[in-house]
Formats: sequence, structure tokens, C-alpha cells
Amino acid sequence: MAKVFLPELGEGIQKATVSYWYFKEGERVNAKDDLVELATDKATFNLPSPCPGTLLEIFFREGDTVNVGEVLAIIE
Amino acid sequence: MDFGVFDLGLVDFQEAWQFQRKLFTDLKTGSSASTLILCQHHPVITLGRLTDKKNILASEQELKNKGIQVHRIERGGDVTYHGPGQFMAYPVFNLNHFKKDINWFLRQLEEVVIHFLSDFGIKAARYNGLTGVWVNRQKISSIGIAIKNWITFHGLSLNIKKDDLNNFNLIRPCGMDIEMTSLETILGREFEISKLKENFIEKFRIQYTTTEGSP
Repeated sequence: MAKVFLPELGEGIQKATVSYWYFKEGERVNAKDDLVELATDKATFNLPSPCPGTLLEIFFREGDTVNVGEVLAIIE
Repeated sequence: MDFGVFDLGLVDFQEAWQFQRKLFTDLKTGSSASTLILCQHHPVITLGRLTDKKNILASEQELKNKGIQVHRIERGGDVTYHGPGQFMAYPVFNLNHFKKDINWFLRQLEEVVIHFLSDFGIKAARYNGLTGVWVNRQKISSIGIAIKNWITFHGLSLNIKKDDLNNFNLIRPCGMDIEMTSLETILGREFEISKLKENFIEKFRIQYTTTEGSP
């Protein structure tokens, strides 16, 4: 099982808004697939899947705000 | 870290967009280096991920009559307009070779424009929380980027010609009630965009190859 964290995005950026999920819960993902897109003020940022597996659970929906270090989803 | 430069000239927004995607893929697979794309666009309105569609003030018919296309794209930021009187710069840069910091990259873009304008004696500024470059509280440069695998695309627009500014009235730029300005408006004389490019590239090179964070 792998947790997908919001990583450090840069100095002074503590949070980002989920703007797009490329997969739904229950779908298969490959390692390095674009998993979720997040947006800060003037930038969007894609998080790749850390491993192959099934996207088990999503904790933040599109439009939700996530803090750096929080878990966005679990892949098993 | 140095980068290559491509000047596409006056192209449709979509052509430049596709070219960025190609470069992005090449950069990801290691078959090309970081590249700065320069171009101008035929009139177009683009909507970022955070765009409220209400920020397009003109009707669909009005846009159609003016021949202005609308594209929703994956960059950050709200709505903006691009036209032939603007200078577009799309850095497709691998930040793994520069600095993995979104804010650093955005601030560097602003610095490029500020230094470019200072050669004309223009004192430009940035404001905290309002990404972009401003002169006397009017906006001269807009910024919106996307990052995948720490590779950047999209970028900045810089208003050069004054004639093009009218089309900003079709939208609420960046979703705010702001006034736009241009190099020609500020200085009261005409400029040819093609003659400004070398200096702009030079500013880009100085900013991204010699500043802290560059290996």
C-alpha cells in the first residue's frame, strides 16, 4: 500500500487545490501515470502515481484544499 | 543550466500548445533539452483551471464575429486574452535541472520582465499574491504555468502594442477588475516586436542561468 502525499511545492506554498483527478476510485494505475492535478495561484502541478496498483481511496475531491504533507489518496 | 530557443513567429495558440507538448515529451524522455519558445498569437482567449466562465464578458456571437477562439487549458490562473501585439514566452524547462520550486520559477519569470522593462527606463513591480508584472498598478505581463514531472509549460505574455489592449475589455483579466497597459502605451511610441526578442532572450538567460538555485 502506498500513500500519495502532497509534496513540498516551493518556498511559501503551504497548500494547493485539487483541480483534476485522472482516475476514479477502483481504477488501475501504472507507476508514473498522472494521478491528480493540483492548482496554486498561477500554476497547476501534476502528481504522478508512486507505484502500480488500484486507486483504493481518494480523500480530497476536486475543489478541496490540501496542505503540504497531507495524504491525498491510497494506492494498493 | 542553459536552454535552447525556438521562435515560432505569429502562430495559432493551438500550434504553440502542440509544440510545447511535443517538447515536453522529448524533454521527459531525455531526447531534448530545456527550451524557451517565443511567439505571438492570433487573437485568442484562454481559460485556466481556476477560471469562472462569467469572467468572459463578451457573448459567444461577439467573439465569433471578431474571430476570437476560446480554449480551456491546463495552466493555473483565470481567463486571459492573447493577440498579435503581445510577446509570448513559453519556457519548457526541466526544473530538476534548475530548482524544484514553483514559487522560485514564477518569481524568476517576473524578474525577466522587470529587467527587460528597466532597459526602457520603466519601473515595473510585482505585488505579493498577485502573480504578474505591473506598472503604476496597471498590468503589463500575465503569467500562468503548468508543471508535470517538474517540467514546465505555458508561461508569460507581455503587452507590447497598444492596439491590442482593447480586446481585454471582452474579459475580466485574471478574474479581477484590473487595467492593462503596454510598452507602447507607457512610452508613447511604436515598437516592432521582432526587434525586442534578442534582449528578452538575454534577460531570460541571465535570470535562469546565473541566479541562485541554478546548479
